[in-house]
Amino acid sequence: MDVRHRNNVKVTGRDDGPVLVLAHGFGCDQNMWRLVVPALAERYRLVLFDYVGSGGSALSAWSEERYSSLHGYARDVVEVCEELDLRRAVFVGHSVSAMVGVLAAQAAPERIGALVMVTPSPCYIDDEEYRGGFSTEDIEELLASLEANYLGWSSAMAPVIMGNPERPELGQELTNSFCATDPDIARVFARTTFLTDSRDDLKSVSVPTLVLECEQDAIAPREVGAYVHAAIGSSRLVTLAATGHCPQLSAPEATTEAILGFLDTIR
Amino acid sequence: MCRTGGVPDPAGDEASTHAAFTALLEDSAEDLYESAPCGFLSTMMDGTIAKINHTLLDWLGLDRRAVIGRMRFTDLLTVGGRLYHETHFAPLLRMQGELRGIALEMKRRGGGRLPVLVSAVIKHGVGGEPLLIRITVLDASDRRAYEEELLRRRQEAERSRAEAERARAEADEARRQAEADRARLADALAVLQRSLVPDSLPAVPGLETAVYYHAASPDQLGGDFYDLFPVAGDRWAFFLGDVCGKGPEAASLTSLTRYTLRAAAHHDPDPAAALATLNAVLHERYTAGGNPRYCTCVFGIVEPGRGQGPTTVRLASGGHPPALVLRADGRAEFLPTPGGMLVGVLPGAPIGTAQTVLADGDTIVLYTDGLTEARTGPGRDDLFGEDALRAFAAEHAPAAPHEVITALTGLLKRFGDGLGDDTALLALGAPATPSPAHPARTS
Repeated sequence: MDVRHRNNVKVTGRDDGPVLVLAHGFGCDQNMWRLVVPALAERYRLVLFDYVGSGGSALSAWSEERYSSLHGYARDVVEVCEELDLRRAVFVGHSVSAMVGVLAAQAAPERIGALVMVTPSPCYIDDEEYRGGFSTEDIEELLASLEANYLGWSSAMAPVIMGNPERPELGQELTNSFCATDPDIARVFARTTFLTDSRDDLKSVSVPTLVLECEQDAIAPREVGAYVHAAIGSSRLVTLAATGHCPQLSAPEATTEAILGFLDTIR
Repeated sequence: MCRTGGVPDPAGDEASTHAAFTALLEDSAEDLYESAPCGFLSTMMDGTIAKINHTLLDWLGLDRRAVIGRMRFTDLLTVGGRLYHETHFAPLLRMQGELRGIALEMKRRGGGRLPVLVSAVIKHGVGGEPLLIRITVLDASDRRAYEEELLRRRQEAERSRAEAERARAEADEARRQAEADRARLADALAVLQRSLVPDSLPAVPGLETAVYYHAASPDQLGGDFYDLFPVAGDRWAFFLGDVCGKGPEAASLTSLTRYTLRAAAHHDPDPAAALATLNAVLHERYTAGGNPRYCTCVFGIVEPGRGQGPTTVRLASGGHPPALVLRADGRAEFLPTPGGMLVGVLPGAPIGTAQTVLADGDTIVLYTDGLTEARTGPGRDDLFGEDALRAFAAEHAPAAPHEVITALTGLLKRFGDGLGDDTALLALGAPATPSPAHPARTS
């Protein structure tokens, strides 16, 4: 299958600019970046995509086996980079995608020249001295919350969402569609996201890296940001005066400023 | 317009409605906010709770002073709800400006949980900048119980489907195994069957031969048998018969019959003597032991003329259908062997005998009753029969052995399902133009 179609790849911004690949995390899709896209597009060429199973991707390409591991998502990233023949691109990954970027840089070092990790966490579950912020039971509870909201998703709506990836105007029937996906797929993505321990992979990072964290983040607390920064020798840590797990939505200007500032230091 | 009694005076109605509204107006907006049958709260854009109504505080068992300015909306949620809030609720609200009917769970004092449905809208300032978030909370305990029931049912259905799928896979595997076993058994049976009837007939100088064997079932050893072999003095012995029963027991009976006849033929090539020996052996082996088993059989000795004289055939029969002779002049006739009894039932059972001379181009055919008892119609008595067989033979006479067997094989195929039993056919003929030897034909 054509990778551009499979991953709903969109390319925007300056044709002659350096390339930023923007990767969404668990929950929604590439629309997560919409508030930071205009400012970044002035100077950079932006590649947006949806992981298979999310947003406007081709659900038929999804398989539980591949997407039960973060390496499956990293293959999506590498394949998008190969399709567009990107070299030394800056990979901007939100939440779990930050770790997906680490794995993609391991797999295809020539493709990824720098990482921006937005509210990353290499491990969400507490483990001895390490404070990920959650217990296994907490994650089971999240899965239950997902179950409770599956009722808002219906298979009848899926074709509407999938067949209309541009979504120019959100109709009433498309409310919440950014975050709507097949419940079975969401369950697998949630398990993979929250039950994977990728701490050992941080050591492999040698490219310039920006770790972006928020002052108040219920999913990736400050201790985790410090842990990631400490584990990656080539990283800078920026703490945004923002609340929540999605600073690109809650504090888009500050997020853009931090990313642009970091990019200036590596060019 | 006229007015009839019983209809209220609209003027009076208006007065009472007015009174009701007046009473309602006493329900101030403030009181409505605080005591509405749903929870209300407003938060800053960072989630800090700025305002919360009495109903929600009451549901959660919280004190207003501990909440306002001190707690965030997510602090009211269970951990799972908080994760869902961060990954779905908050991004959606930011992107859409509003959000409806999200299922979450809130924490109650004392550790209980309150399932709720939450709707939220962002209030914007005059410049379009987001100012605060207004949130409505509905108690969804009953609805959630119902939804959980639905989910449980769906999961059960899913499980049943998976189990059915697994059972089907197991059944498929069992069937594959059974088919493999059956194929192996069929192979073993085929090997055994070949040990009971020869694969091909030997070439007999001055005689044409042909044979056909139809097994009614590929996974059952047949009960029919035949053989052709040389005995002393340019003579050849042959036999064809049908043991009672099918399967392994019939096969062991066939084996005993075949080797007894072969040995007897070498000892005394008189056909009646060979069958008498077989009768004695089967009787001793089975019937005397209280397990009667028997066969019908035609045994013969042929002495090919080989251009030097007539080809003679001597036959003995125990309870077997009569041999059929197709003459070179186009006649077809049975060669009766009257008085013969089933072989193996009685000690010293009578044996019928007959003999004939085969002129050049004559063919003698031995067959088992699978042929004559083939079903040709729906009734119990709609059998092919000996008369039809003779007529069929007459149509084809004169015919060399391989031609007769080919014609009869075609006939058997046309019987289709009507052919319910094993059928053996053996034809021997004096060549129309004598030659030293012809290879045997088998199907």
